[in-house]
Amino acid sequence: MQTVQTLKFIRKEVPPYASGTMGTTTGSVFRISSDWSRADYWGMIKSRIGAFRMNYAVSPGLYAVGEPTKDSDIFVSANYKLSFDILRRELKGFNAWVLVLDTKSINVWCAAGKGTFSTDELISRMSATKLGTVVGHRSIIVPQLGAVGVNAAEVQKRTGFRVFFGPVRAKDIPSYIQAGYTKTKEMSTIRFTMRDRIILTPMEINPAMKKFPWFAVGVLFLFGLQPSGILFKKAWSGGMPFLALGLTAVLAGAFLTPVLLPFVPSRSFAVKGWIIGLLAMSAVMPLFGPSIRGEILLLVASWLFFPAMSSYIALQFTGSTTFTGMSGVKKELKIGIPLYLSLAGISLALLVIYKIKAWSML
Amino acid sequence: MKYLANVTTLQYSSDKCAGCGRCVEVCPRGVFEMRDRRAMIMDRDLCMECGACARNCDFGALSVNAGVGCAAAIITGLLTGSEPTCGCSDSAAGNCC
Repeated sequence: MQTVQTLKFIRKEVPPYASGTMGTTTGSVFRISSDWSRADYWGMIKSRIGAFRMNYAVSPGLYAVGEPTKDSDIFVSANYKLSFDILRRELKGFNAWVLVLDTKSINVWCAAGKGTFSTDELISRMSATKLGTVVGHRSIIVPQLGAVGVNAAEVQKRTGFRVFFGPVRAKDIPSYIQAGYTKTKEMSTIRFTMRDRIILTPMEINPAMKKFPWFAVGVLFLFGLQPSGILFKKAWSGGMPFLALGLTAVLAGAFLTPVLLPFVPSRSFAVKGWIIGLLAMSAVMPLFGPSIRGEILLLVASWLFFPAMSSYIALQFTGSTTFTGMSGVKKELKIGIPLYLSLAGISLALLVIYKIKAWSML
Repeated sequence: MKYLANVTTLQYSSDKCAGCGRCVEVCPRGVFEMRDRRAMIMDRDLCMECGACARNCDFGALSVNAGVGCAAAIITGLLTGSEPTCGCSDSAAGNCC
């Protein structure tokens, strides 16, 4: 009973990004505004930082921008609200239809890769919204990155609509239309600017920092462990440089490497991360006193472990880039994983030897 | 920016190409160009194996072992013995696309 009431409530409520409703031949649809509210900006920031993005969705279906008619263009989008928001913002001043697919609040490209932004979903959404009667023409504009999941020929066969793959970026839609629905190479190529990369770094730093407490507990335990029990003072004085080096490795792998990506030598992300990790460590190492620099075992362990940690974290960034392929990442992992595991093992062994030596000297 | 050389699984048989130009339209990396009404691969190493070209080639001229170039997804795939997919929906992978 309650579910029914909630559904009714949702159906009646005009979403905040809509400026009203509009009647079509097949019923009424929401007319969406091209302006962003403060909540839209705040939502964008939150979805760039963390798990908020997982449920940042709009309802799938047909929407109107401006005063669309039977002749107006149809733009397809995902129901990740940020994708939808960017599209409606770029359509400012146009009269158009927007068809939102149910991609489980995932952006177009990823959803196409996962199979939710797909030929079948597009076709069923077109028939559910009776698109063929809403418009008189038979063409539909799908974002280019949706092509990973949408087979244009099959859509045409089953619906009669010809699919035009629009530009990669919604920003280029006005010039795409002006050019008679043709794209320059620039419009159809994905970029990866420093700005793009900086925007992505919070989602690199966050997961790395979530695992950091485990590393910290391990380090403090090892250094605090004494024949007489665990000494907090020893844990802190001995472990602190290691924690600082750990943070340096996170910064190097999750922030510096992504930001400086094209300027770091090598095409391999593992090598890039290792180089930056090594440089960052060289910068930080002089800050520590003889507690670590005077101990050859700790010193060797640090130089083996932390650049490798930065390298491993940098390798994670392959998931956020616009140019790394599966075969390449597999190749890197095939060499990298055994190497990381052995380096971590050797470092740990050196640490244990150091502890045993320190104890036997007591 | 280019990733590792000579790793892509992209295969193209130009004799099957009908010159429709869909691959040029869908490739986000500019791998293809039309030459004499046939697609031509300009630089294989630009390919990121997204699979858009193969999905939209109606003449079977293109094939690629498409997948995500994402370390977290591939590690998870190795551990669970499944195909690597974006881990956006579960919190385990945390970072994704």
